[in-house]
Amino acid sequence: MKSRFLPLLMTFLVFSAMYLFAYSQFNSFGSMRIVGNLLRDNAFWGIAAIGMTFVIISGGIDLSVGSVIAFTGVFCALMIDRNGWDPLATFTLMLCIGTAFGALMGVVIHYFKIPAFIVTLSGLFLARGMSYVLSTESIRIEHPFYEQISDLVYVFPDRGRFTFAAAMFLIVLVVGIFLAHYTRFGRNVYALGGNPDAALLLGVPVARTTIGVYALNSFLATFAGIVLSLSKQSGDSTIAVGLELDVISAVVIGGTLLTGGAGYVIGTFIAVMTLGTIQTYLTLDGSLTPWWIKIVTGFLLFAFVGLQRLLGSGWGIFGVKDSSANVPPERQPGIQSS
Amino acid sequence: MSLKENSVQPDASRWGLVRRGISSGGGSRLLWTVVALLVILLVNRAISPTFFDLRLVNDRLIGSTINILDNAAPFVLLAIGMTLVIATKGIDLSVGAVMAISAATAVMLIRNYEAGATEFYYQPGFVMLIALAVGAICGLWNGLLVAFFNLQPIIATLILMVAGRGVAQLITNGQSPTFTDETLAFIGRGVVFGVPFPVFLAIGVLIVVTLLVRRTALGLFIEAVGVNDRASYYTGLQASLIKLSVYMLSGVLAALAGLIVAGEVKSADPHTAGLYSELDAILAVVIGGTSLLGGRFYLAQSALGVLIIQALLVGLYVSSLHPTTNLVVKAIVVLAVLLLQSPEFRQFATQPFRRTT
Repeated sequence: MKSRFLPLLMTFLVFSAMYLFAYSQFNSFGSMRIVGNLLRDNAFWGIAAIGMTFVIISGGIDLSVGSVIAFTGVFCALMIDRNGWDPLATFTLMLCIGTAFGALMGVVIHYFKIPAFIVTLSGLFLARGMSYVLSTESIRIEHPFYEQISDLVYVFPDRGRFTFAAAMFLIVLVVGIFLAHYTRFGRNVYALGGNPDAALLLGVPVARTTIGVYALNSFLATFAGIVLSLSKQSGDSTIAVGLELDVISAVVIGGTLLTGGAGYVIGTFIAVMTLGTIQTYLTLDGSLTPWWIKIVTGFLLFAFVGLQRLLGSGWGIFGVKDSSANVPPERQPGIQSS
Repeated sequence: MSLKENSVQPDASRWGLVRRGISSGGGSRLLWTVVALLVILLVNRAISPTFFDLRLVNDRLIGSTINILDNAAPFVLLAIGMTLVIATKGIDLSVGAVMAISAATAVMLIRNYEAGATEFYYQPGFVMLIALAVGAICGLWNGLLVAFFNLQPIIATLILMVAGRGVAQLITNGQSPTFTDETLAFIGRGVVFGVPFPVFLAIGVLIVVTLLVRRTALGLFIEAVGVNDRASYYTGLQASLIKLSVYMLSGVLAALAGLIVAGEVKSADPHTAGLYSELDAILAVVIGGTSLLGGRFYLAQSALGVLIIQALLVGLYVSSLHPTTNLVVKAIVVLAVLLLQSPEFRQFATQPFRRTT
C-alpha cells in the first residue's frame, strides 16, 4: 500500500468506526432515511469543503467561504422575492459574481504578494458586510420554482428521501474528483502546492492556476449558497458564521496536507460525512450537549495532523517515509514566501 | 527614496531583507502607520466636529478618543502576543477561544465566591490568577505542538480554535453566566484618573514586553528563530524553548484580554466572547508592518495597527453611515492599507507615471 493513501484509509476507518458505533446505538442509522438526511443536511458545506480542498492542495487558504454563502443566500432572496427576478437568471448572475470575487482575491494574492490568509480575511469581512448592507433580516422566498425543487425527491422504500441538494452534492463530488485527477488544471494545482518554485520552472502557469483555484472555490461556495437557499427557502445574512473553520477542519480530517501538494477530494467527502454522523448522533442522543461536536472535531483534527506528522517525519512508525518531510520550513499554508 | 528602496526584487536573499529591515524598513514603516492613523482620525474629525472633545462626567473622561483607547485595550494585548508569535514565523489562531475559556473560568469561579464560598481559591484575586494560568496552559499546549511536535502553527492552533469554544461552552454549560463582583469587574470597567483601567493595563504590558525584548537579547533571539530556526538552533539558541515561551505569553495575554471583556459586561458569553478577535489581532500586526514570514517585529506599530482598526470603527460609529456598512468599510480600508504596503502593488500603481528607460 502506498503511504500517500494512508491518511485516506485512516479517514475512511474513522468514518466506518463512527458510523458503526452510531448504528450500534441507534438502529435508524441502518436506514436510508438517515443516509438521505446526512447527504441533505451536509450538502451545502460539503460542496464548499470540496472547493476548499483545491485551495489547500494548492498551498493556499480561503477564509471567505462562510460569508460568500451568506451573501449568496441574501442576494438570491432579495432578487427573487423582492424584485421578482427569475431564479435561474439570479443564480447565473450570482455564480458569475461569486467567481469574479474569487478570481479577484486570487489576483491580489498572486500579483501583489499579500498572504492569502489576509486577503481572504478581507474577503470574509467584505462579503459578510455586503450581505448586512443588503438586508439584516431573514427574507423568506416564495416562488413556484423553489416549490418544484423541493418536490424533486426520490423516495426510497423505507421513506428515506434522496433530495435535490444531496444529488447536487454527489455531482459536485464526482466533478471535483475528475477535475483533481484527470485534468491539466488538477495536475497544476498539485504541482503548485507541492513546490511552487519547481512548478514555475516546469512551466506550470502559476498565475492562472492560483487565480483559477480561488475562482473555483468561490464558485463552489456560491453554488453551496444556492443549494442552501433552495433547501432553506430563505436568505439570512447571519447564516454560516465561522463555517470556514468547519470546512478547513473537514479538509484536514479528510487527509489533505495543510502545506499543500497532497490530498483527495473523496477524503474531504468522507470527513464531511464523519462530522455529519457525529452531529446526527448528538442530536439523536439528547443527553450529550451540542458543544461536544466542537471538542470532538478538535480532537479529530489533532489525531489527523498527528498521524500526518508521524507519516511525514519519517519516524518510522509505519515504516514509510513521505516526501512531505522535505517541505522547507518557510512554506506554510496561505503564507507563501515571495 | 523609500519607493526605490522597496522596489528591490522580492526574491532578494533573506539577508538582504533583514538588512533592509534594519537600515530603513523600521523607520519608514512607522511613518506610514502613523500617517494612516492620523488620516483616519482627521477624517473622523471632519465627519464629526466634536470628535476630539473630552468631557469629565463623574470623574470619568467621556469622548470618542477615550472610546478608541478603551476598545483597543484588549486587542493591544492580543496583538502584543501575536506579534511575538508571528515573529517566530508562527501564528496563533486560538486567542479568541482562549479569551472565551478564561472568561468562562473566571466567571464560573467568581459565582462560587458570590454564593458564599470562603475557600481562598474563590477569592477574586486568586480567580484572576487561575484564569491567567488557564491561558498559560492553553499557550503551553499550542507551544508544545509547534515547538516539540513540529506541527505547522496554523494547524496546531486551529485545533484549540475549534475545540476551545466547545470547552468554554462546556465550562459554562452552554449558558452565559453573569456576576456582580466589583473586583473582577474593575479589570474591565474600572476608572483610574478618569481613564479606563484596561488602557493602563495595555500600555503597561506594552512597555514591559518592549523593555523585555529590546533591553535584553530576547528580541534578537525571537527574530533569529523567525528568520531561520535551524540556523538559530545551530548557533546555540534554544529555538524550541523560545517558541514555547512566545505561545505561552500569547495565551496569558489572551486570558487577560478575556478577563477585560468579561469585566466590561460582567458576564462571560462562550459563544461570542473574542469571536474573530484572532483575525483582528493578526490584521493589526500585519498593518503594523510585521511580516507573516517571521523575523523583524514591531510591537509599537502593532499597537498602532490596533488603534487604526478601532479608530476606523469608532469613526464609523459617529458618522451618519448606517451601521450595516461597517464591515464593508473596514474590509476596504484594511485592503487599501495592505495594498499600499505591498511593493508589488506600488510598482504596479506607479507604472503609468514613470518614464520608460
